[in-house]
Amino acid sequence: MKLGILFSGGKDSTYAAYLARQGGNEISCLITIKSENKESFMFHIPSIEQTKKQAEVMEIPLLIARTKGEKEKELLDLEKAIEKAKKKYKIEGIVTGAVESVYQSSRIQKICDALGLKCINPLWKKNQIQLLTELIANKFEVIITGVFAEPLDEGWLGRKIDEKFIEDIKKMQEKYKISPSGEGGELESFVLNCPLFKRKLEIKSFKDFGEKNSWIREIKVE
Amino acid sequence: MILLINICKEKLHYYEFVKPIEDILKKENIKYFTRRYKEIENEDLEEAEKIMICGTSLKDNDFIENINYFLWVKNFKKPLLGICGGMQIIGLIFGGKLKKKTEIGFYSEDFKKEFLGIFGKQEVYHLHNNSVSFGKDFEEFTESRINQAVKHKKKEIYGVLFHPEVRQKDLIINFCNK
Repeated sequence: MKLGILFSGGKDSTYAAYLARQGGNEISCLITIKSENKESFMFHIPSIEQTKKQAEVMEIPLLIARTKGEKEKELLDLEKAIEKAKKKYKIEGIVTGAVESVYQSSRIQKICDALGLKCINPLWKKNQIQLLTELIANKFEVIITGVFAEPLDEGWLGRKIDEKFIEDIKKMQEKYKISPSGEGGELESFVLNCPLFKRKLEIKSFKDFGEKNSWIREIKVE
Repeated sequence: MILLINICKEKLHYYEFVKPIEDILKKENIKYFTRRYKEIENEDLEEAEKIMICGTSLKDNDFIENINYFLWVKNFKKPLLGICGGMQIIGLIFGGKLKKKTEIGFYSEDFKKEFLGIFGKQEVYHLHNNSVSFGKDFEEFTESRINQAVKHKKKEIYGVLFHPEVRQKDLIINFCNK
């Protein structure tokens, strides 16, 4: 089946793409939505421009759509982008990295239903510690590029998702109810390498922005 | 031992509609085994103490086109729970008809009677393009205009149109432990 991936460059959408490929499907394109609104309800993603580099090393076409990020208007922008992908790449379905968010997944389900596309959510309701463990087992190299919840601070930026990270984030889950995979918007991540990549991406430079418990690491990769 | 029936045509949909239920059972130490619906043998039906027919995606109508694979449902005497597509299967086997009805996302449903431990107003997750009618052998448990939660009046056969694996995990656990 020819599939389009709703792609943010983070661990969930990349791992969903990996599972789709493992299932014998063709990944025909990646679709990235760039929101101009930092408080976007659907698409607030640090380092979104770097998805171009990820698409290059995956050798998969990338379709970037821009949105002003107004609450329901951004859904129309998403619908247009998916419709464009359907026409251009003849995709039969959309894959998302949705794990818990009914807000996001139900809106994407409606768009796909209206466009006659299958909507596939291979990480849906997945245990979040299990998800992190599978990323490591499948040789995903993922770093944290954003933290947005107390008591996470800038010390978490750039951390690699490894056994130690899982151990530490479990403690945060127990004590502060932080979602381990950042499903509540607590964390953003970026994939530097995985089995879909032809080569590993290296961080060329980065800059940290933020205060207190809200930090973003803007990275440039090559 | 619970038999989980996978009705998904696309293999990837297993992760979305079957695995979350497997994970709930695993967490509760409830033993289960899973079969794709076209691969069910008589031995599987005999081995199972209870059966759950899991749901599938909005565009997947494969199970409707192959409804004859479910003729065993009519004479099945052990507890059976159909979720979304699974409920549609039960309805069709008992002579009901499908009607176009799309509901996607959270909806409020009011359970007028206790249904597998669920009662009163509930926020349920819907993901379906059809509802199904049931005859007089079945009782409806919600105030909804379409069948959302039904039970056979004489048998332990249940159907829910919503996805309890999202917000009503206890319903699944209660069915297994009943």
